[in-house]
Amino acid sequence: MENLMKPTPISKKFFTPGVIVLSIFAFIGIVFVILRLLFGLGAVTNLSNQYPWGIWIGIDVAAGVALAAGGFTTAALGHIMRKEEYHILVRPALLTAMLGYTFVALSVALDLGRYYYIWHPLIMWNGNSVLFEVGMCVMIYLFVLYIEFLPIVTERFIGRVNFPGFLKVLNNPVDKLLRLLDRTLNKVMFIFIIAGVVLSCLHQSSLGTLMVIAGPKMHPLWQTPILPLLFLLSAISVGFPMVIFESLITSRSFGLKPEMNLLSNLGSMVAPMLGIYLSFKIGDMVIRKTFIYLNEINTTSILFAIEVVIGIVVPLRIFLSPKLTKTPFGLFIGSALVIFGVLLNRINNFIVAYNPPYKFTPYFPSIGEIGVTLGFIALEVLLFRAFVMIFPIVSVPQYVTPQTKFTVRGA
Amino acid sequence: MANQSRRQFLKTTALIGAGITGISSKNLKAAPKNILDENRMGVLVDTTVCIGCRKCEWACKVAHNLPTPPIEAYDDRTVFKQMRRPDDKALTVVNEYPPKSSDEFPVDVKVQCMHCDHPACVSACIVGAFSKEENGSVIWDTNKCIGCRYCMVACPFQIPAFEFGKAFHPEIRKCDFCFNRTKEGKLPACVEICPMEALTYGKREELVKIAHEKIRLYPERYVNHVYGEYEVGGTSWLYLASRDFTELQFPKLGRNPAPGVTEAIQHGIFAYFVPPIALYALLGGVMWINKNRKKTSETE
Ligand code: SF4
Ligand code: SF4
Ligand code: SF4
Repeated sequence: MENLMKPTPISKKFFTPGVIVLSIFAFIGIVFVILRLLFGLGAVTNLSNQYPWGIWIGIDVAAGVALAAGGFTTAALGHIMRKEEYHILVRPALLTAMLGYTFVALSVALDLGRYYYIWHPLIMWNGNSVLFEVGMCVMIYLFVLYIEFLPIVTERFIGRVNFPGFLKVLNNPVDKLLRLLDRTLNKVMFIFIIAGVVLSCLHQSSLGTLMVIAGPKMHPLWQTPILPLLFLLSAISVGFPMVIFESLITSRSFGLKPEMNLLSNLGSMVAPMLGIYLSFKIGDMVIRKTFIYLNEINTTSILFAIEVVIGIVVPLRIFLSPKLTKTPFGLFIGSALVIFGVLLNRINNFIVAYNPPYKFTPYFPSIGEIGVTLGFIALEVLLFRAFVMIFPIVSVPQYVTPQTKFTVRGA
Repeated sequence: MANQSRRQFLKTTALIGAGITGISSKNLKAAPKNILDENRMGVLVDTTVCIGCRKCEWACKVAHNLPTPPIEAYDDRTVFKQMRRPDDKALTVVNEYPPKSSDEFPVDVKVQCMHCDHPACVSACIVGAFSKEENGSVIWDTNKCIGCRYCMVACPFQIPAFEFGKAFHPEIRKCDFCFNRTKEGKLPACVEICPMEALTYGKREELVKIAHEKIRLYPERYVNHVYGEYEVGGTSWLYLASRDFTELQFPKLGRNPAPGVTEAIQHGIFAYFVPPIALYALLGGVMWINKNRKKTSETE
């Protein structure tokens, strides 16, 4: 029985109870988006002159960018290191990155006081601004991601262009166009793949530089000049766990068998990266002597401790154990913890650590902010599901077996 | 031999590192040259003279077409019960700090943008909507701003305010040093109205001298500290006070310009695009080698 893995659109029913719950969340999110556009940021969010940035930046943007790191880490592994066996993981990761960054861009737009000026940085440059550089990198990378996704589109539709009715005349030209696109892309794709990895390294680290300018407004446990390095290392560490996590969930939800071999191998690569991240994080703490802040037990120090222990140390231990990385359960828990750790780290950096000298009411996200954040996540999951059902993204075993001969028709 | 090449490698890396830091520190100095114009202006605020009449608050609003109650309303001293901050509706506010003992006076402190010499907001703004003008003012351009509020995150004095209540075309608001008035040779509105001459407008260099002279002449009246002389690399607004500035809720800040670290990191990562291009070349090389390795192993 030959067992060839090939990306194929998955045919399943789109609407399941889970999908309906997600749709409700998405709907609520969209309602709040409309309210924000009609009545302004102040009407929907708890942002103030003391706390100019909230969870739309901390979670939707900062954590969103970090958690889309599966895209560039698998691209580096599959295409640059040329580990062919991992190719079946590249497409889902690419899709996640593409959707992730699209929603990052949407969240940024939503958070901008003047969203209709979002194109300004394209022509008004301030090279000293870290935000400018993050913005440019993310914008170009989003474009690169779309290009990287194009071959999947052409693969899906070449020879299958089938417009209804009078649009039929377009069938042939569009098919020709797709074929041309396919051929050119094939030759130049490596340029975009490398660019994608470089751009990711740049903006993942610059995202860390973003808060450095806040200076003493940021809690010393997080404020360090090596923030860019820590952000890059944590993004690299969370890349594979994200891929494992999604792969396990996707196979579960579509009733496929998880590719345990590959995922375990991927899992074994997580430990060294987490180890490096942890050592820099601890080293930085020792050098700057910030551990003294851990003596006082308060929300800040507890969140820092959770971030390091639950988000790095425990999963590190899990990924170091060959026994645990061989089981879907171990892999799942380990990955989930790393993801949780990086998510919490971004929240900590952008929200918890931000401690302005003059404050009146502490910041806590409003229902509207939480609604939009959950709504966007729900939309992303829904789109992911829709995409894997339309496009050849998830690899499923193609049984090329003589068994078909014996199947009874209609059974 | 291997040893030799490793040492060589270390040497080159060190050189590259030095190159990057060298470039970045040069970039730091190469910030717009008008930033440290010798003739830039400033205001010296003598908090021991201020009586908290809040006329400056009124004048500032009038000068900026902001809605304001009539000037008599400002005699109400109950507002001092709470600390207030400048916001989108008031570019400057006066706070009062009660005396510590019965033979002392309360201290009144006018708060507004400090017009830093190396402004964090200017460095941070994604589109360059903030600019440092030759006369020292830090001003904002409504035609550029996209409302990202990064300037607010960056400002060490927590000054820029945003119109959160507005859905369309919200603005960033802060004291603009009355740029439109000073351009025409007029005094800033708050300075002009101050009945006690608690505010002195003049060349920053001279103001620093005057401040130190005052401290020298009346050592029992002032603490020996001109706030703003060195804070975050110097600010256009300078303060004298009879008490330690931390008691008056001035933020305790170092002497380094706020944007210094980020700009160094930023320019280090991007120094003339060398690091990104080098990374690109490196990855391209790795990709190529791996491709060829695959080929040879396949033909074997
Ligand atoms: S006080 Fe704040 S807003 Fe004013 S110039 Fe300095 S950094 Fe900019
Ligand atoms: S809110 Fe406006 S002025 Fe402030 S950093 Fe953003 S674009 Fe610049
Ligand atoms: S200088 Fe002008 S803008 Fe600034 S506080 Fe005084 S009156 Fe207001």
